[in-house]
Amino acid sequence: MTIRDMQKVLDAQFLYGEELADLDVQFVFSADMMSDVLAYCGKCSVLITGLCNPQVVRTAEMLDICCIIFVRGKMPDENMLALARGKSIAVLATDHYMFTTCGILYENGLRGGA
Amino acid sequence: MGDQLIFTYVIDGNDFTRAGEASSSVKNKLKMLGVGSDVIRKTAIAMYEGEINMVIHADGGTITVTISDTDITMVLADTGPGIPDIDQAMQEGFSTAREEVRSLGFGAGMGLPNMKRYSDEMHIDTVIGQGTTITMKVNL
Repeated sequence: MTIRDMQKVLDAQFLYGEELADLDVQFVFSADMMSDVLAYCGKCSVLITGLCNPQVVRTAEMLDICCIIFVRGKMPDENMLALARGKSIAVLATDHYMFTTCGILYENGLRGGA
Repeated sequence: MGDQLIFTYVIDGNDFTRAGEASSSVKNKLKMLGVGSDVIRKTAIAMYEGEINMVIHADGGTITVTISDTDITMVLADTGPGIPDIDQAMQEGFSTAREEVRSLGFGAGMGLPNMKRYSDEMHIDTVIGQGTTITMKVNL
């Protein structure tokens, strides 16, 4: 599915990267510990997390992730969004909890990519 | 042997929000040099984990990256507390990080194991009370 599709099914806000909305994604990783993301996120292009600090964007950058989805209503600040803009990483935010977010995306055909 | 490119970065130990800037810079340079994406990914992750470790445990330090025809060598030198038991520190899940660091998403005891996982060679020199130097090599 595309980033736009994810935004719709998650009822998420597009915080950055509308121009990336047509990118197609298949594999997803979800965690709050960035250490685990760095260890286990194999071929994913989407990161779902409830952690909200600049290192989330840095971690995504190192792994060539193209979209970060913040769950539980977490809102990245301007610095984080500026960092994401600089790296062309789309940023979505949803009020759903992590389990629900993962479930909705799984139902729509996305899979874990560890 | 062709020319080598050498880059040196001073890592600020007091600013967690800026941790990763050096690794980001190296990633961009490797991209511009046309290095393969797998090598870039391995280098970026290994260096980023090392950079985060320097900020968490050692109040910063210096990273020197040398790019040759055959490999990328990263030397991460700090004057922190040193590692008392390297075997223990290499175990996945073992961590001495403070709770505050864990709340930032790190300190799960994956840093050193990840650095080893993503580099082709890794060597740790450490002296208690004086500091640690970690050398990692990623083959081109």
